Amino acid sequence: MSPAKEVSANPVPMKERMKIPRQGMPEQAAELRVMNFTEVNLGYSQELARQEALRCLECAKSPCVDYCPVGVKVKDFVKLIVAGDYLGAAAKIREDNVLPAITGRVCPQEDHCEGFCLLHKKVDSLGIGYLERFVADYEQKAGAPPAANAAPTGKKVAIVGSGPAGLSAAGDLIQRGHQVHVFEALHEIGGVLVYGIPEFRLPKQVIREQIDTMRKMGVEFETNVVVGKTVSIDELFEEEGYDAVFIATGAGLPVFLNIPGEHLNGVYSANEFLTRINLMHAYEFPRYDEPMVGLRGKHVAVIGGGNTALDAIRSARRLGAERAYVLYRRSETEMPARAEEVKHAKQEGIDFQVLTNPVEFLDDGRGWLRAARCVRMELGEPDASGRRRPIPIAGSEFEVPLSVAIIATGTSANPLVQSTTPGLKTNKRGYIEADGESQRTSRKGVFAGGDIVTGSATVILAMGAGRRAAKAMHEYLNTGAW
Amino acid sequence: MYRILDAQFIAPGIKRFVIDVPRIAKKHQAGQFVILRLHERGERIPITIESSDREKGTIRIVVQAVGKTTYELNALETGGAILDVVGPLGKPSEIEKYGTVAVLGGGVGTALAYPTTAALKKAGNRILTILGGRSRELVLLEKEMREVSDALYVTTDDGSYGEKGLVTDKLRELIGKGEPIQLVLAVGPVPMMKAVADLTREHGIRTIVSLNPIMIDGTGMCGGCRVLVGGKSQFACVDGPEFDAHQVDFGVLMRRNRMYRDAEKESLERFQQACAGNGQGGSCKNGAAETAPVTIAGGKP
Ligand SMILES: Cc1cc2nc3c(=O)[nH]c(=O)nc-3n(C[C@H](O)[C@H](O)[C@H](O)COP(=O)(O)OP(=O)(O)OC[C@H]3O[C@@H](n4cnc5c(N)ncnc54)[C@H](O)[C@@H]3O)c2cc1C
Ligand SMILES: Cc1cc2nc3c(=O)[nH]c(=O)nc-3n(C[C@H](O)[C@H](O)[C@H](O)COP(=O)(O)OP(=O)(O)OC[C@H]3O[C@@H](n4cnc5c(N)ncnc54)[C@H](O)[C@@H]3O)c2cc1C
Ligand code: SF4
Ligand code: SF4
Ligand code: FES
Repeated sequence: MSPAKEVSANPVPMKERMKIPRQGMPEQAAELRVMNFTEVNLGYSQELARQEALRCLECAKSPCVDYCPVGVKVKDFVKLIVAGDYLGAAAKIREDNVLPAITGRVCPQEDHCEGFCLLHKKVDSLGIGYLERFVADYEQKAGAPPAANAAPTGKKVAIVGSGPAGLSAAGDLIQRGHQVHVFEALHEIGGVLVYGIPEFRLPKQVIREQIDTMRKMGVEFETNVVVGKTVSIDELFEEEGYDAVFIATGAGLPVFLNIPGEHLNGVYSANEFLTRINLMHAYEFPRYDEPMVGLRGKHVAVIGGGNTALDAIRSARRLGAERAYVLYRRSETEMPARAEEVKHAKQEGIDFQVLTNPVEFLDDGRGWLRAARCVRMELGEPDASGRRRPIPIAGSEFEVPLSVAIIATGTSANPLVQSTTPGLKTNKRGYIEADGESQRTSRKGVFAGGDIVTGSATVILAMGAGRRAAKAMHEYLNTGAW
Repeated sequence: MYRILDAQFIAPGIKRFVIDVPRIAKKHQAGQFVILRLHERGERIPITIESSDREKGTIRIVVQAVGKTTYELNALETGGAILDVVGPLGKPSEIEKYGTVAVLGGGVGTALAYPTTAALKKAGNRILTILGGRSRELVLLEKEMREVSDALYVTTDDGSYGEKGLVTDKLRELIGKGEPIQLVLAVGPVPMMKAVADLTREHGIRTIVSLNPIMIDGTGMCGGCRVLVGGKSQFACVDGPEFDAHQVDFGVLMRRNRMYRDAEKESLERFQQACAGNGQGGSCKNGAAETAPVTIAGGKP
């Protein structure tokens, strides 16, 4: 770095920058998009991107960088946008984030970079996510070739699971010259990005492009392998000659509410509902074989208030649900979903019934769901998570007539790998214990990261874990030291 | 892509396949299944592994055509290929020396029961097998089952073969005669398994059934395969598919399996129209090609 003070390419005087309003994201009109599965956000044009970038104050201390979980150099890449060097901006982001087209779309920016942007103290924060997405999409269209890999090391690593944690580790390890083989249980690569998050929020094409790039870089993908069943971690080392393994199997097990009526027809886990739609394309039945219960004109509710819940109910809306409810037991302030999704969902006519909790699913007499019996809640003292604990209000029970209910109240660790890998330590809740810095587990040569270590979190946190693991694995492969 | 090395009808609408899947063949244990997807637009369906050959790297499956996907599968022939095959899934059967074991196979259920029966025989059990079918052609795998049984009885609904009646009639008779049955394994249509469970409950005989709920991933991720066992939710793909018959809520299973009946009917009708004149799922040569282009596994993420 040259010690000389950097000159800003931004022609707008500091005082004026705050007067530029935050540039809105062009989007499909709500009335239209409830009838299709194509992406809601259309992306910034070059003009909009430049206009938005001009708002950056280029702060000396840039909290935007500090509060990005992987430390994306926000200020620097935004400057490059101002200078018109979009490919340079993309390269700058890639120093810290290998999946910017994805994070730009799905990061909960209000909790990270944008939430701490200094503009936010006076006016709207900088549209960092929108800008990140813009440069990533620009780079993809330009077809910029990936950086070259280091000379082959002769070492072989196995990655178990192809979600963001596994993909980012794979990308880093191949670049460092190792042979990388990714095992995936499902028939598609991408983890939650393909089976969970719907097309209207993260087009499959975006993920496909990332994976194609990785294939070109030399990463091998093998689908239809359930590690723990098809092959064990021990066999990967002993019989298949792998030198290190990274476990990135996510937190994919659905948790049910354990209330009466959960076995009625019409009651789904969000995982099943979204898998049918995203992975199996049930929304394209009968062109695709996977069926879905008819939702047209029906009343549908999702239980929960996270991204999963909103993805499920907005999908139901697109499949024709006439009434679509979010039943959430706390208030809107505590809702963990991304702010933009809540906004979009409201525009799409989703009815948010907060401080509401179902206590029973009722039978129509033929084994199908007829209604949910719910109770109203009030908020008490904060609980272990720091959020105010919801308490049922006595005598407040009421019925919501429903044909379909989707349970999206959380997931837990899938035990398949843990239960078949002797000596791999897990915590009380079944998640794999791994060092916070190196992602090392209790087993030599085995690393773990992403949701399988932290419990359900975010794409960017999983990606960060993948990158830390890749770094530590590289060291381990070079030195053999554990 | 997984190659089909051999495909032969063994009964009307019931076909046996040998598939080249070395990884699965190597790990297969009795009681486990695979999930397969025929082509890019296909659904994922679970099918039991009838047997496996580690040396050759192959598994054998027996498929009964009941709907779109199984008809389409049964239209595939030797030399064809299946896009995705994943497994072996599910818990292996608990193989122990129990003493006398009665095995009841109904229709294609016999193919599901066969590997477990063979393993139980090998473990030193005395095996009394009762095979049932609607009619003579639907009594499957008699030869194979005979080889691993100490006694074998056949019942048909119409009396066209063996004794006229149901498998439960024969079981009741054996129990009545004082056969010291320690364990019953019953695999077949849900009503049959339920009838067996009701009978053996009266007599306090431990009974295992293999359940067939609708599945998607087969790894515990979707919860679609949940069954009510002993009042608790269990995922058949990871906690089963075999369960204690006396704890199973068969009503819930039957109801949930009917959830997509309309769509399934529509699918099958469209498929059959597309390959008209197809009696048993065997004459529609390019069933897969009709509906979607077949692409290479892993070739398209
Ligand atoms: C519907 C939904 C919406 C979400 N929306 C957002 C959002 O907007 N923003 C955000 O930041 N986060 C969001 N999240 C959370 C985010 O997707 C996850 O935190 C992230 O995907 C975790 O990444 P991962 O790599 O750890 O695991 P996953 O993405 O879960 O990937 C794990 C992969 O491992 C595979 N696997 C599991 N077991 C095995 C095995 N035994 N052998 C081989 N493969 C195996 C799985 O099939 C899967 O492909 C959402 C989650 C869901 C479910
Ligand atoms: C663990 C297990 C092992 C099985 N082993 C065998 C076997 O060895 N041979 C065999 O012929 N059949 C087996 N089956 C049943 C087989 O999976 C279904 O017949 C098949 O999925 C039907 O698909 P379809 O499209 O042809 O029929 P559809 O028209 O879709 O359905 C016909 C019937 O099959 C059931 N079904 C539909 N989709 C599924 C699904 N994804 N998973 C499970 N059941 C479904 C429905 O309840 C329906 O009643 C097994 C099922 C399970 C769960
Ligand atoms: S990766 Fe996510 S948190 Fe980091 S700068 Fe980009 S959008 Fe913000
Ligand atoms: S905090 Fe906001 S204004 Fe300051 S440098 Fe970061 S993005 Fe720009
Ligand atoms: S098939 Fe999805 S959990 Fe069993």
